[in-house]
Parts: sequence; C-alpha cells; structure tokens
Amino acid sequence: MSDPVSALQGARFDGFAQIREIGPVGMITLRAKGLKSLDKAVKAAVGTKVPAQRRIEVNGDRACAWMSPDEYLLVMPYAEVAQALAALAKSLQGQHYLAVDVSDARAVFRIEGPKAADVLRKLVPADIDSMEPAELRRTRAAQVAVAFWQQDAGFTLVCFRSVAGYVMGLLSHSAQPGSEI
Amino acid sequence: MLTLECPYCGVKACETELSPGYEAHLKRFGPGSTPEEFEAYMFARKNPKGVHFERWRHTYGCGKWFLAARCTATLEVFGTYPAQVSGPPPEIIAKIQARRPGWTPDGKATA
Repeated sequence: MSDPVSALQGARFDGFAQIREIGPVGMITLRAKGLKSLDKAVKAAVGTKVPAQRRIEVNGDRACAWMSPDEYLLVMPYAEVAQALAALAKSLQGQHYLAVDVSDARAVFRIEGPKAADVLRKLVPADIDSMEPAELRRTRAAQVAVAFWQQDAGFTLVCFRSVAGYVMGLLSHSAQPGSEI
Repeated sequence: MLTLECPYCGVKACETELSPGYEAHLKRFGPGSTPEEFEAYMFARKNPKGVHFERWRHTYGCGKWFLAARCTATLEVFGTYPAQVSGPPPEIIAKIQARRPGWTPDGKATA
C-alpha cells in the first residue's frame, strides 16, 4: 500500500507565530444520537468520555470532539483508524450510527506561539476570548469552513484537504512579522 | 450585522456564518390542494415591517436549521428556537409581546 501523504507535506511558516501543517492525522466522523452504548464506544475508540456541547476531550494524541448534536469527531494517529472503526462497530453493533474514516479528506494545522490567537482573530468571526479552554469552535476562516481548538499553548485547526493551500496562505499571511494586533 | 444564537450548539453566530432560509412556518399545500392554495404556498411570502419569523441554517457551524424571531425594521432579535415546531413557541411569543405590546401571532389586536 502507498504511504499516506498530507495535503501540504508538512509546510511551515515562521512569522510572529509558527504555522505548521501537521499530518496525516487519523480522523473519524461519528454520527450518532442518544445511543445507549455511545459512552462505551467512544471510550473504546479513543479512550475519552463523550464530550459535552462544543467541548473536546483530549487523551494524548487522541481526542473526541462535539461537532453538532448528532456528530462527533474522533482524532487519533493515522495508523489506528481501522482499529478505532472496528472498536466502534463492535460497541455500536445493531444501533443506528455512521462512522467514516475522513482522515484523507482533511488537512490539519498547528498555530503556535504566544500570539497564536492573533493569527486566528484576523480570519474568523468567532470571539476567541470568550472560548472555554477545551472548546472546539466550528466557524469559517475567510471563505472556507474550519474547526479549531486550543491545545498545548497553541491552536489546532482542521479544514478540508481541497482548501489546504488556501488556508495555509491565509494563516501565513495573517502571521506575517510586524502584523501583530 | 445580525448575531443569532444557534439553539443547537449555543454559538452566538454572526450573519456570515449562517445561510438564510427565508420565511418560517410555511404550511405546505401539495397534491389535492386548490391552484390558489398552491400558488400562495409557492410564491406568496410575508414581507412585514416589524416582527418576522425566519429560517436560518448554521452553515459554518453545526449545520442545523433553526428559526429566529426578529424585527425587520430595527433588526432586534427576540429569540431563536429549534425548527421542529409548526408555530412560534409560547416563550418566544412572550418575549416578543414584552418588547412589542399588543402584538399577536395572528395579527389581531389584543382586547
């Protein structure tokens, strides 16, 4: 099998904050609502509890995020997606759910540095100051849909792979030295 | 710029994160209805100056459709609520009446 290749092959930009395209990162979209064994399934797949509204539960390099009332995003190392899907299938067998490997449909960025939030403030209509520590915000960056959350003194931002180049351009431009807010 | 709170995810979303869905609470007239009813369902839309109910979709967020009650003249937002209803819920009507005394959902004046 061919090796996975991330959208921008680890592109970086060093401005007043550091922008890195990371990946490939394993991601599963899980659509389920009100299922008895959802807690167990998420625990088995990524080892976290089911997040509350707009929250993300992080467990090392794995996480489970609330995306909408019936949608969760599971994050894990790329190689462990098949294993996590199998764990979900086992726990949710016979119930109405949908779990799909979307790893190759996404691009993931890290925005790091003391002024990382300023990079996002210029691009998104969300009030970053009012966000809780473990909150995931789905919004837009300029013209495309993104989701981001705060993690380890920086932000992790997810977008569609087809717009990875556009988002890298946005983030790099926003992080230009001398353009701090 | 409108800011509407999405009732599904609780995000105070600005207008640019949302897509408009126009008038809310339309009653569908399909097969078996008269041509006049179907025409009214298809084309006739309210265009009030004042209290109006609209559908909005939180496109860049959770992707859900919700409904909003707002004033078209002042852009005041009275409230937002989930879309699984066929008419405005009582708490929304109460909020509107607190701000617009004498307003009723059917347009008739209160006694």
